[in-house]
Amino acid sequence: MRSLISINNLSKTYASGFKALKGVNLDIRQGEILALLGPNGAGKTTLISIVCGIVNPSQGSVTVDGHDIVSDYRLTRAMIGLVPQELTTEAFETVWDTVTFSRGLFGKKADPAHIEKVLGDLSLWDKRDSQIMELSGGMKRRLLIAKALSHEPRILFLDEPTAGVDVELRKDMWRLIRDLRHSGVTIILTTHYIDEAEEIADRVGVINKGEIILVEEKAELMRKMGRKRLTLELLEKISSVPSKLQPYNLDLVADGGQLIYTYDTQTDRTGITSLLGELHAAGIRFRDLSTTQSSLEEIFVDLVREPE
Amino acid sequence: MNVHAIKAIYLFEMARTWRTLFQSVVSPVISTSLYFVVFGSAIGSRITDIEGVGYGSFIVPGLIMLTLMTQSISNASFGIYFPKFIGSIFELLSAPVSSFEIVLGYVGAAATKSIILGLIILATASLFVPLQFAHPAWMFLFLVLTALTFSLFGFIIGILAKNFEQLQIIPLLIVTPLVFLGGSFYSIDMLPPFWQNVTLFNPVVYLISGFRWSFYEISDVSVEVSLAMITVFLAMCMTTVWWIFKTGYKVKK
Repeated sequence: MRSLISINNLSKTYASGFKALKGVNLDIRQGEILALLGPNGAGKTTLISIVCGIVNPSQGSVTVDGHDIVSDYRLTRAMIGLVPQELTTEAFETVWDTVTFSRGLFGKKADPAHIEKVLGDLSLWDKRDSQIMELSGGMKRRLLIAKALSHEPRILFLDEPTAGVDVELRKDMWRLIRDLRHSGVTIILTTHYIDEAEEIADRVGVINKGEIILVEEKAELMRKMGRKRLTLELLEKISSVPSKLQPYNLDLVADGGQLIYTYDTQTDRTGITSLLGELHAAGIRFRDLSTTQSSLEEIFVDLVREPE
Repeated sequence: MNVHAIKAIYLFEMARTWRTLFQSVVSPVISTSLYFVVFGSAIGSRITDIEGVGYGSFIVPGLIMLTLMTQSISNASFGIYFPKFIGSIFELLSAPVSSFEIVLGYVGAAATKSIILGLIILATASLFVPLQFAHPAWMFLFLVLTALTFSLFGFIIGILAKNFEQLQIIPLLIVTPLVFLGGSFYSIDMLPPFWQNVTLFNPVVYLISGFRWSFYEISDVSVEVSLAMITVFLAMCMTTVWWIFKTGYKVKK
């Protein structure tokens, strides 16, 4: 897949001296859903604000479909829709007026049929004549998405789209994002909810303290970083792990009632067969066993954890 | 040129005007009527004609200018300050529009509204006193140039203001005194010589003088000087706005 957005050596130092981004390089591919994952203050919002033209970069460059975001800003911005994190809307305007305004602002000719479709898709059609201040929080968030989609962008940035929304709305949002991707829109979303990235992203970028720590296909990431744990429920509790089993680095938990073996799924030999053989030889019997795969959350926590 | 964007901003701002039309129109009409009652009838009856023009008629151009300037500033400053205040300015900054197009949309709408108000006041005034229109084309030119200049000035205030108080303070502390001391209600010939000279540093004198000339062909300074001065103010405001957008000062991080 070809790269639609290229971010090269991008840095941002705010007037306060705070370094929000430190030499970020990132390629975003046409048609994908990329989740930028990172704790609060990691630089996610700064990164997308620069691409959208709201924040000036201190250093580095960004191209969108081969066009520079500074010198060719008209071309690049017309391709992009942005849904901000905060519910920043007017108050007295009607839903219809504000979405129509957004379309015009992005240089598109009025197209009531398209606005009607967007409002319909976001379940806002019934509210088209309502003033924005009459809408609920969830509706306002959908309205911001409608505004961002009003000019038929090829790229959609969603900054924390599900921060503070209820479970139902969150699922609606995910479905909407998938539908949009299906229609050919490239989607970049920032989130600090790992399950969100796990649920909908094709690729995951982890950003922390202004640096991209890694970018990887989600499936690949989970396969590579993912470790499996084999939990053995012992028939009789033991007080310590027999010395012959030391090489397996077993953890004895649950008051001596469980043995946990962590292994790498990527290697050819996981060591399970020999472990079970050794346990049998040591006379340790077990009544049950189970395996679990580590989640993206555990991978993430490992990645951003401070080195001790 | 992103014509759709200019149109979108202009119409969006004008929609705010229509929505608040009643309060926008009623308050200037009431205050103008009050000025006529107080200055025109109560005080004016004791003031003789000024260069052959009755006092009530004499103050009409000044009253229109007073409203034109204060309304231009408040419309334009509020128009750009409010999106900044609630955060919806992100959309403007992320849109494929140049600063020139943004200014054209906002300032155009603010100036349109204040010109409409100026004309309404003119109509109201015509109910109270006899008016002459010696040079209607010049009159309209002064109206448009003043509205544009002060809308640009308001736009600058709106961008630089950090809170609502700052938004109010410049019109209140600077513009109102300048207009009152700028010959709205008197001819500067009526002042002692020293104050006549001081008054020449007041830019508003030139606007009111030129505007009044277009009505009655009487002026404190020549109409060419008036026109030159307002063009200078307009150019100064334009340069400031250009600089603000060029550097991103107080707009972008």
